[in-house]
Amino acid sequence: MMRINANPTMDTAIKLLAVAVAMFAFVFVVMVPLYNVLCDVLGINGKTDGTAYTAVSTVVDESRTITVQFIAQNNDEMPWRFKPQVTMMKVHPGAANDTTFFAANPTSDDMVAQAIPSISPARAAEYFHKTECFCFNQQPLDGNADTAMPLQFIIDQDLPKDIQTITLSYTLFDVTEMVRDAVASR
Amino acid sequence: MSLKKFMLAAVSLVALALPLLAGAATNQLNMSAGPTDIGAEIYGLHMLILIICVVIGVAVFGVMLYSIIYHRKSRGYKPSTFHESTKVEIAWTIVPFFILIAMAVPATSTLLEVYNNDEAEIDILVTGYQWKWKYEYLDENRENISYFSSLATPQSEINNTQQKNPNYLLEVDEPLVIPVDTKVRFLVTANDVIHSWWVPELAVKRDAIPGFINEAWTKVNKEGLYRGQCTELCGSYHGFMPIVVHVVSRDEYDAWGAAKRADADAQAAMSTQELGLNELMAKGESVYNGQCLACHGANGEGGVGNAIAGSAVALGDVSRHLDVGIRGVAGTAMQAFGGQLSDVDMAAVLTYQRNAFGNNTGDIIQPADVVKHKQG
Amino acid sequence: MGDHHHGPAKGLTRWLFTTNHKDIGTMYLWFSFAMFILGGSFAMIIRAELFQPGLQLVEPAFFNQMTTLHGLIMVFGAIMPSFVGLANWMIPMMIGAPDMALPRMNNWSFWILPPAFLMLASTLFMEGGAPAFGWTFYAPLSTTYAPPSVTFFIFAIHVLGVSSIMGSINIIATVMNMRAPGMTYMKMPLFVWTWLITAFLLVAVMPVLAGAVTMMLMDIHFGTSFFSAAGGGDPVLFQHVFWFFGHPEVYIIILPAFGVVSQIIPTFSRKPLFGYASMVYATAAIAFLSFVVWAHHMYTVGMPVAGELFFMYATMLIAVPTGVKVFNWVTTMWRGALSFETPMMFSLGFLILFTIGGFTGLMLSIAPADFQYHDTYFVVAHFHYVMVAGAVFSMTGAVYYWLPKWCGRMYNESMGQVHFWVSFIGFNITFFPQHFVGLAGMPRRIPDYALQFADFNMMSSIGAFIYGASQILFLYNVIATIVAGEKVSDEKTWDGAEGLEWTLPTPAPYHTFEVPPMIEAEPAH
Repeated sequence: MMRINANPTMDTAIKLLAVAVAMFAFVFVVMVPLYNVLCDVLGINGKTDGTAYTAVSTVVDESRTITVQFIAQNNDEMPWRFKPQVTMMKVHPGAANDTTFFAANPTSDDMVAQAIPSISPARAAEYFHKTECFCFNQQPLDGNADTAMPLQFIIDQDLPKDIQTITLSYTLFDVTEMVRDAVASR
Repeated sequence: MSLKKFMLAAVSLVALALPLLAGAATNQLNMSAGPTDIGAEIYGLHMLILIICVVIGVAVFGVMLYSIIYHRKSRGYKPSTFHESTKVEIAWTIVPFFILIAMAVPATSTLLEVYNNDEAEIDILVTGYQWKWKYEYLDENRENISYFSSLATPQSEINNTQQKNPNYLLEVDEPLVIPVDTKVRFLVTANDVIHSWWVPELAVKRDAIPGFINEAWTKVNKEGLYRGQCTELCGSYHGFMPIVVHVVSRDEYDAWGAAKRADADAQAAMSTQELGLNELMAKGESVYNGQCLACHGANGEGGVGNAIAGSAVALGDVSRHLDVGIRGVAGTAMQAFGGQLSDVDMAAVLTYQRNAFGNNTGDIIQPADVVKHKQG
Repeated sequence: MGDHHHGPAKGLTRWLFTTNHKDIGTMYLWFSFAMFILGGSFAMIIRAELFQPGLQLVEPAFFNQMTTLHGLIMVFGAIMPSFVGLANWMIPMMIGAPDMALPRMNNWSFWILPPAFLMLASTLFMEGGAPAFGWTFYAPLSTTYAPPSVTFFIFAIHVLGVSSIMGSINIIATVMNMRAPGMTYMKMPLFVWTWLITAFLLVAVMPVLAGAVTMMLMDIHFGTSFFSAAGGGDPVLFQHVFWFFGHPEVYIIILPAFGVVSQIIPTFSRKPLFGYASMVYATAAIAFLSFVVWAHHMYTVGMPVAGELFFMYATMLIAVPTGVKVFNWVTTMWRGALSFETPMMFSLGFLILFTIGGFTGLMLSIAPADFQYHDTYFVVAHFHYVMVAGAVFSMTGAVYYWLPKWCGRMYNESMGQVHFWVSFIGFNITFFPQHFVGLAGMPRRIPDYALQFADFNMMSSIGAFIYGASQILFLYNVIATIVAGEKVSDEKTWDGAEGLEWTLPTPAPYHTFEVPPMIEAEPAH
């Protein structure tokens, strides 16, 4: 750092203050983004990529069959009915699969939901590619309405050999107020 | 003189401790190896490290004690002046390093075993709620084996008005049931805050994090009841959400599963029927004692929650009462029970609240009313 | 810096406006003792409730408020300020400086503390009660599910963080710029070294804590979702940020204690500290490692196995420099001429009990075994061996050691010995059985427990009352010394003591080393 002050004590103090400020900024500009990157790479918490997978797979590995379980649950006081069309599928790595989740809003209010995916074992997360998912966007639903939400996915051929079962869980959060606040503050 | 004091103190410490140790056989001093292979492996690792530490500790304290006894000024001992020795200092940096490697090797292999992903026969979704656990069996047909497991210790034992039974705070209304000698996978998550699912004897502990699932597994070699508790601070009643795992033979497990499914069918059938006041009241009382009593009191007198006896909600508009029961009251400890109780149980407990503790509305709430209210 | 050739001002303004390092040190010490008593009284409530199974005295919600405030007040209000107070008193006297480098900032860094803790304590009387989410305040219990008082808690954390950062900047600036001529870095007493390293740790990690609570504040009030999965955040991120602060924080607490013990043991062994240079390097190594071990507090959150292994190995490595320190202290005593005055007794208590806490720390670092230890009373026992028998015992020893220099009066030695033995025995009765109940399966932070844990909990509570009562004896002894202790005037209170502070008159005058001392050619440690 440049010499800011002729007084060495002030010089030390100002440098240290700069370190403190930098460490505060470090939390926001380094730790948070870095954590999100690490989550994507390492599948921490079984988090999956938040965007659609575009690479098209060519080889289907018919010799392996992977069991995929689906879990749909509501967070806290989310009143929607939410469930998968099938609770389980047997799929081959490399093949494109699709299924559907159903959601119904039993209240008379218009609401918005966000589904959060999580995969177990977490190591499988980076091999689970979603080409289309309702979790990419928030899902608005009018009062007393219901909807069918599509999910398309491919399991990577490179999935580690010891993994035979993958569980995909969606937790549905009520984000109605969060969306309303965001709109209001705009 | 100080040595004498030290010995005196040590003796009195032991003397104080002895009767306590001898007096009760239930005072477990150490980790239990438990009825699982992985538990035994962890126990072995724990003992290995404990023993290494004790040996090093005895050596270090021995040297120290020798100094304390023999190198005393009061004995006229003349101090030396040495204050460094590169050889010795390098030695005691390097030797511990090798001891650590000797610990790390078994630790690594045990850890990899904990993370083993071999196929499990049974998958169970464990969800932490404030303050109970929900178990859902993810078998192929997933036929509705899904239930809550909450503390069964009566409030009177907690408040010391009744003799505590031996499994005080470690008993639940419905335990988790798993078969013996079978690999079971637990998928652990939470509905609200972070909880942690721990059964010490099975050596399974996993944090339950809202929105995300974690994985753990067990394979129990011996039938029996194994008890545990939530181990992550999750709010006021963190200490009151125990876990009981009932490990049974394969036959018993299958029979239990069949009974659970039959029960679920019966519940479903019941929810379309009209039930009588007496039936609802009887059912409602047991639901109340399991779910409501902790906050609302044994006689509806209130506590953490409002009083039920003479309350405006319980005596007032039925639809408002349904709303409170099903959706909870935002910003208070009153949770939404709509997703936690069956429609029949909800109807029963609301009917009970409207007709017990001196409340006498005579109202009967049917399961169909609950279904209708849920649909808005 | 004005005219130094006057005594202290009279009355209250002396304390409000003082820039004198000794006055400020004294205020820090008294403040931290007050907080120690407050946090200790919360501990007494906790132990009283846990005396027997069943709920007797307090509601579970209030119990959680007690555990939370006990932790926060002991860590941030008692232990940290007490060592800052000691640093204020001793560092200028040990390096031959007339005062701290930034005396006015020194005044502010003390005076913002009492309001911060007043605010924290006042949350007890707010609607919804005080924070009840543990001193580690994991989200979402501390965000979405927190009582309204959480906002005041966040503000209090910010203020005390600012105080700590200012205090640390001051210490670093003093040590780097104000050493007497000839006082090279490798001649500094070890207490100064450990504090210098601690201060760097504080400057690096207190802002991280500030960042964590700022994110909480934004999640609670400004609609962000750092820690909520609903908006794309993650509650586990909170734990990573918290422990990135929290693990270095543990060493922030213990390193100055190492420094104190490294001053006291040579004095009463009448022999120089063994391995001075390796002590310095070991301290630096511990500080460095503290930044790469944080996730060993999180083995059960479901990290990738590679992460678990990394944090396990890194944590185990800390045993090496810590071991070096313990071996050095024991070797310092070896073939010395030992005597056992109260400061030495507390240092020996530290040495034995801290080593036990170090061993349990090593056990906890073993990830697969930690699955069984995590969040049980085994952990509670472990960190009390380090925090109480480590930091508090060392601090208590420091008070007895330097009190005659501070006030020119000698404390009552027999009362000091009694204080030590009652503390030592009370402490062990309290915390040793907690290893057992933890291994047997008792989770921490519960207001009520199963019957199989009853005997050891009762024992633990009795021990806690004994330990608590012994602190009243301490308070009495200190006050009696200041008011009516036997006068001493030897420059060296202890015949084996070395260092610049022992070249000053006793009691130390209000202003010292206005003319820098001459440093002898031989190392002064």
